[in-house]
Order: sequence, then C-alpha cells, then structure tokens
Amino acid sequence: MTASAAAPLLSVRDLRIVFDGRHGPLTALDGVSFDIAPGEILGVVGESGAGKSLTGTAVIGLLDPPGRIAGGEIRLEGQRIDNLPAEKMRRLRGRRIGAIFQDPLTSLHPLLTVGDQLVETITTHLPVGKAEARRRALDLLKEVGIPAAEMRIDHYPHQFSGGMRQRVVIALALCAEPVLIIADEPTTALDVSIQAQITTLLKRLCREHGTSIMLVTHDMGVIAETADRVAVMYAGRIVEIGPVEEVVRRPRHPYTAGLMASIPSVHARHAQLNQIDGAMPRLNAIPPGCAFNPRCGRAEGVCREHKPGLPPVAHAAACHFPLQELAHA
Amino acid sequence: MRDTVTTLERGQAVPEIATTATATMDDIILDVASASCRFDVSAPTLSRLFSKQPRRILRAVENVSFTVRRGTTFSIVGESGCGKSTLARMVVGLQRPTQGMLNFRDIRRADGTIGPPRVQMIFQDPYASLNPRWRVGDIIAEPIRELKLRPDAASTKDRVGDLLEIVGLSRSDASRYPHAFSGGQRQRISIARALATEADFLVCDEPTSALDVSVQAQILNLMVKLQKELGLTYLFISHNLSVVRHMSDDLAIMYLGRLVEAGPAEEVFSRPRHPYTRLLLDTIPDVERPNRERRPMSGEVPSPIDPPPGCSFNPRCSRAADRCRAERPELRLIDGVEVSCHFA
Repeated sequence: MTASAAAPLLSVRDLRIVFDGRHGPLTALDGVSFDIAPGEILGVVGESGAGKSLTGTAVIGLLDPPGRIAGGEIRLEGQRIDNLPAEKMRRLRGRRIGAIFQDPLTSLHPLLTVGDQLVETITTHLPVGKAEARRRALDLLKEVGIPAAEMRIDHYPHQFSGGMRQRVVIALALCAEPVLIIADEPTTALDVSIQAQITTLLKRLCREHGTSIMLVTHDMGVIAETADRVAVMYAGRIVEIGPVEEVVRRPRHPYTAGLMASIPSVHARHAQLNQIDGAMPRLNAIPPGCAFNPRCGRAEGVCREHKPGLPPVAHAAACHFPLQELAHA
Repeated sequence: MRDTVTTLERGQAVPEIATTATATMDDIILDVASASCRFDVSAPTLSRLFSKQPRRILRAVENVSFTVRRGTTFSIVGESGCGKSTLARMVVGLQRPTQGMLNFRDIRRADGTIGPPRVQMIFQDPYASLNPRWRVGDIIAEPIRELKLRPDAASTKDRVGDLLEIVGLSRSDASRYPHAFSGGQRQRISIARALATEADFLVCDEPTSALDVSVQAQILNLMVKLQKELGLTYLFISHNLSVVRHMSDDLAIMYLGRLVEAGPAEEVFSRPRHPYTRLLLDTIPDVERPNRERRPMSGEVPSPIDPPPGCSFNPRCSRAADRCRAERPELRLIDGVEVSCHFA
C-alpha cells in the first residue's frame, strides 16, 4: 500500500494507555501503531472493550483520568500532538481534528439553534465575522443534505430526526475544515436505511474535501462498505490491519476469521453460526503471549509465551500461525 | 391433528425431542386478526379546546393480521417507529389492542396437559432487565415460586441449577449478582428466567442488538438449540435483516404500523416483492460485498400521527405513481407471500 510510502497524515506509534487502578495499573492499549494517509478512511473494528474507542479518544486528546498515555507517540502531519499542553490541544481539536460521536443528541446543545452552534464553532476556529460564518453554516447544512436549510438553520436539535441530527453533527465536525475526522460509531444509533445515507455522505465528503477519517465501529458491515483499510483490534492490540477487501475476504488472523464467520449472512440461511467460544479477557486477566490463545484453535506452545508482532507489510496479522490463502479455498 | 397428538404422546414416552418439534410444525399457536393499536396523543382537553386543535391519533399498529405456527420462528422486521415493539407488547399482553384481537390457541404440552401457551418476553438490554440487587438464583427462581411450579425450596434450587446449565452457565453462578456477568451471559440469564415459567412462546424484542457479533452468534445458536430441544415458538423482533434471515421460518416487514410484506422467510429474501423490502435488503451493510456502490434510500419514515395518503411508502418509493398517492394498496397473496403494493 502506498499509505506508508507517502507521508502519513496521522501516525500512531507504539501507543500505550494505562489506567491507574486501586490494584495497580491496567494496560488498556498495548503497543498500537498505525498510519492514516491523507484522504483515507481507516476503519477500526473490534468488540466492546477491545480499545477501539480509546484509540480515537487518545488521538483527539480527550482521554480522561485515570487513563493516561504511558508510552508511544501520536503525530499529526509530522507534528507530535500527544504531549501538547491542554490549551494548545483544545485549539487543535475542532480546528484540525473533528469528531463525530454515536449519539447525535448528546453532541448537540439542546438550548441553542443548530445555526448558533455552527456559527460559534466557525468563529472560534476561523478568522471570519458572524455574517460570513452564518453563510458558511448554511452552505454546510446544504452540503450534508439537510432539506430547506434556510429554514432549518434556526431550528433546535430536538426538531430534527435522528438521521438529520447526525448530519448536523457532521456539519459541525466539518466547520473548521479539519484534516482528520474521528467518527466513533457514527451510525450505530440509526436505522439501516438512514445508516446507508450517512456512510454514503461520509464517503462523499472524504472524497471531495480530501479529509481523512478514522471510523471506529463494531459493525464489520459498515467498515466493509465505507473504509479503505481496516484495523481489527482485540484486547488492546491491533491483531490485523490491511486493505478492507483483503481483510474481509481473506482474513489472516484466526480472530478476524472467526469474527467474519460469526456474522449471519443475508444471502443464505445456515443451520448454525460459527461461534468463537469464550469471551475477550478482562484487562486484569490478559493471558501471556498472544491474548487470543485461549480461544484459538491453532494455538501452540509459542502462542502462550511470545506476543506475536505486527509485520510491516500492507496486509499484516499479529499471529505466529497466520491463515494462508489455501485455508479459505 | 390426531396424528400430531399421538406423536406427542409417543414423544413423551420416548423423549425424542426433535420429533415433537417437527410433528407440531403446522399447529397454529397464535392468531392475530386485524389488530390495531392507536394512542391518543392530543394535547390536554382544555388547551385543545382553546386552541381549537383537532384530536391527534398515533396509529402505532394498524390492521395487522398474521398467524404463528408452533415450534417455528416468526420475525417482525422494521425501522424504529414502525410499530414492531408495540406489536410485541400486545402479544405479551402489556398493551391491549384498540381493535381486532390476538388469540392464543390451546396447545397440548409434552406432559399431556392442554391449555393456552405460556408466554414470556426477552428484552433488548440485558443491563436493564435484570435486578442488580438480586442474586441470579433468585432472579430465575422468582417465576417458579410465584407460579408455584415446584413444591419446595430444594426442588426450586434444583430447577434453577438445571436452567443455568441449559443456557450454558454453571450451577454455581446462582449465588452471584448480575454485575459479575458480561452482556452475553446476562442475556443467557434472561433466557433462563423466561424458561423458568415452562414457557412455550417467547417474544424476543431485539435480543442480540446490544451484543457484540461473536457473542450474538453464541446467543443465536443457543436460541436455535433450545427451540429444537424444547419445541419453543419465537416471535422475533429485529431490525437486523441478516439475523432475521438466520432465525426465521416466516417473517413480516412492517412500515408505519402496517405489514407491507409477509410470508415464508426464504421466499421473501430470495424474491422480495415490495419496494420497501427491496430497498431494505439493498441498503444493509454487507460484509460479503465490500466497497460496493449502493444507492441509499432517500427520505425518512414519516410520522405515524400524520401518515401520507394512499400507500404510506409512496414519498420514498421510486416507482410511486398517482394511484399510490390516492389509494392504499391492500395485502394481496402472490405465490404464497402477502404484499401490499399496486405494482407487485
């Protein structure tokens, strides 16, 4: 993939996040590394507790104590952002990194009209006057597909439906023309037909503005349809990363393969779904070696002793015995 | 009918569970006849009279009819606000139909008794549906004690242990509290609690949508296994079409309180006839076809207080003609599938 050859927009190296608990520190993210190229959509997928949202939170600098970055670095356009003072990070957030969260109702101020919220965000980050900001706000609402935007700009969030609210949130994230958007489960609270509208919108905006998106979701379907590349997370580590077609069609890590097989198909009915027995380990009980080894059918002695690394190739799996092409024939 | 009964009795003598389940396949267990549920959402009387507003009636479920066969899974699919949860609440009796009726037929159980089926519900959110202050053993034992299904404390405890094992937990879990369990395990506890009543009919309202996919697979497999072994009937409510395809024998697609398409699941999935069903199938994210260009459905579900005239889907339908805006299509039977579309 050319992503690593060209200068990456976002580069995360060996990121380690630790929560200081009563019984000592718990490692929630353990050596996470990935790049996002300009204009690229990177999907981050995993089950609850895998650390996917935490990765996004760390990138936008919204990690709450007791969580802290204990190692590694995050670079945006070559500049290190993980050690910025809070005030500098606040200015960066919203200006160069936008955020879209799962629940559009909690991301919007209920007592301000959407126009006011957009104007406030624009004037905070860009050197423009109120009138110009309002004109831009209107353009943005039109761009994200809100019908009758001239009238809707003066409405309050509760007057919008779920899908329309999420469009407003996307408009807010785009306000200051950021280079990167962190979208954390942007479609999870929406109906399927609305979900399709929002992912199509995100894809179009990414193409037209050259914005990169880090799309965090548990829904492999959304990733498959939206992302260029995908990183699969398990117990605080990336277990597989690669172009989305490759990972979906020819998963190399046994966890990814199991995950893919456990999704029911709409094309055919099977007697039984493939299931991965057991559950993801808790943070205080991550087994030594590969974290997936107790649930893995291919585990051997080496898996219980040595943590497999992620090889520096386009489609990489952190596994001592990755699945080969033949296994999928 | 007679054949069925004898098989059942034989099934009881020799516990061949699979036979029992298949032999009763064609018994109708639930018959829903033109059921409607309307809510009056008008402003309070006085302010309505002063401001001269008319009454506002929300038609959550309008004139819905279907039958569920014993031992099968009937699914209801639709987007939020289509009335699927109201329908589920009517089936378990939490909501009365304002018109029409729901009729459970008497069934003959494996122990020979005849009576209406016992109906239980499994809820979406396993974090909200279990009392955090009760031990799991007490949660599961409550319906047994309440319905006096076991004569004494020892046999109740035995039954609770058996139920925990049936759903894939261990007997010792009875003494723990719900917070010690993950989402998937909690959903197993919910299922055990529903089975504790010796339920025959389970209404499952989005039972796996709060769970991760690999856990979802575990729960769905458990539900299929229990259905085979205990001859359960499921009314399965979901918005997830791939889960519905996996689970259903029959299904109904709802839009704005009405059924738009209903029939055998295989037939509906392989040959969707209503434009809404087709669009739903077309818009779901599909892992098997990554990065395909899809045409998203435009528009949103209109308000059920003020549905559009004619076919309620007409504002979003690409094939809508004048007739669709004037005349509401009735459900018609085409090749074993009921469809309400003028152009099906």
